[in-house]
Amino acid sequence: MTRLINLRPGRRGRIMAGAIPLLLLALTYAVAAALRHADNPADKVLPTVFAMGAALWRMATQIDPVSGHITLLADTVASLTRMGAGLLLATLTALTLGLLLGVLPIARAVLGPVITVIAVIPPIAVLPILFIALGLGEAAKIALIAIGIAPYMTRDLAAHVAGLPAEQFIKAQTLGANSWVVAIRVALPQMMPRLIETLRFSMGPAWVFLIAAEAIASDVGLGYRIFLVRRYLAMDIILPYVAWISLLAILADTLLQWVARAGFPWAGNAGHGGAR
Amino acid sequence: MTDAPPLLEFRNVWVEYGDKVVLERVNLAIPARAFISVVGPSGAGKSTFLRLILGQEAPTRGTITFDGAAMPAECGPDRGVVFQRYSVFPHLTVIGNVLFGLECAAAPVLGRLFGAQRRAALEEATAMLDAVGLSAARDQYPAQLSGGMQQRLALAQALVKHPRVLLLDEPFGALDPGIRADMHDLVGGLWRDHGLTVVMVTHDIGEAFKLGTRVLAFDKRRHDPHAPHRYGATATYDVPLLRKTAPPAAGPDISPESA
Repeated sequence: MTRLINLRPGRRGRIMAGAIPLLLLALTYAVAAALRHADNPADKVLPTVFAMGAALWRMATQIDPVSGHITLLADTVASLTRMGAGLLLATLTALTLGLLLGVLPIARAVLGPVITVIAVIPPIAVLPILFIALGLGEAAKIALIAIGIAPYMTRDLAAHVAGLPAEQFIKAQTLGANSWVVAIRVALPQMMPRLIETLRFSMGPAWVFLIAAEAIASDVGLGYRIFLVRRYLAMDIILPYVAWISLLAILADTLLQWVARAGFPWAGNAGHGGAR
Repeated sequence: MTDAPPLLEFRNVWVEYGDKVVLERVNLAIPARAFISVVGPSGAGKSTFLRLILGQEAPTRGTITFDGAAMPAECGPDRGVVFQRYSVFPHLTVIGNVLFGLECAAAPVLGRLFGAQRRAALEEATAMLDAVGLSAARDQYPAQLSGGMQQRLALAQALVKHPRVLLLDEPFGALDPGIRADMHDLVGGLWRDHGLTVVMVTHDIGEAFKLGTRVLAFDKRRHDPHAPHRYGATATYDVPLLRKTAPPAAGPDISPESA
């Protein structure tokens, strides 16, 4: 008899198996919403799919008379701009520091402990400091994202470089490379696939920091909107917004995966070192 | 074997880690164009010996002279190396791997060459690839190559720098027997044609005698059963294989730096 651990669904079977829980969730929600609306037609807690569709349509097409913008578009642009700036800042920091720490033992000795200490500080706890120091504008929100993910990314990249086979560094030296050339021609290119990887892992926390910063002090943004309409119990707006944020997160992840595959053909499936 | 001053000379060299003695009283003279095979049991300091020549480690006591001067305590382009694994850069193509050494020498800031300089370097690298039989794999990445092809690439990469000494650290240990025989022919041929000085560490005694002009066996001469770490190893046997001395400058010597 075939053991349970050896039963593998085929491609179509896998898609169907994966769709079942999602369909069940949607069905459960639809039934629950219908039941609540049968009791109370004005129920706001579980809006029907049609109500959510109508609300989303309103947010995505009508110009808000107060701000003069299409709300969903303005929120998305504002949030993605903050996100992009925060990720860019974190990436540049992590790339520079990670390279430095990974290649130079002296830099590791000097900066390693500081970065470890910074990494254990809960970023949200620093948010008030950021608001005081940088004001309530964009800078504080971008800084929160960067401070939230850069230490982890730095440590991850430094560990990756330090873990490259020592033979490669010796070989580069026997080929006449100085420290700088070892850094930019041996270590840096081999950091890039790992950078994409660590950026993917950091996207989740980055969204948390973005939404937290927007919820506390902002006048536009996806996180701001969710927390604003919560006062009116507007679940018909909150749920589509959550779905939209999730979709954006999935798209960003897919994009990063595509960059990794297209940009680094040498990496393949081989992990560290690769050459075997 | 020759009257010329030795290329490499070890005088009473000791290597100790704390109170553990790895190598003791190593006295050796290695002339240019020799092919030295180093054999011995695991833990007999073969790799330490290689790292000393590579400049990755310095002796605790004693002196090593290289080409008449004290051995610099850092790896440099005058000593090439091929390891058993991880010798080539996975992120560079085959030609890129060979080009790397030429780029390092000529472009210490950018690490890359352009224009006529690049064309000249490409030509040199291509000739080196021909010599090791890798022309067809020119634009592939190391991960796409077999183990034997990767070692051929590692040889080409090291030889393009015309090192005074080529160090081989169990270079064929991970290869199939058939491939290994091909690699022996290749290395033997390169040694003869390029007038190389080679030091090869190996576990394979047959390989050591087949390729070498001289076989060094490293082992501990003394043994203290209560403190085995207190005595280090040295070259206990030093077997010159006279029938195979390097022919003086036979064939085309394309190594311009060698005297």
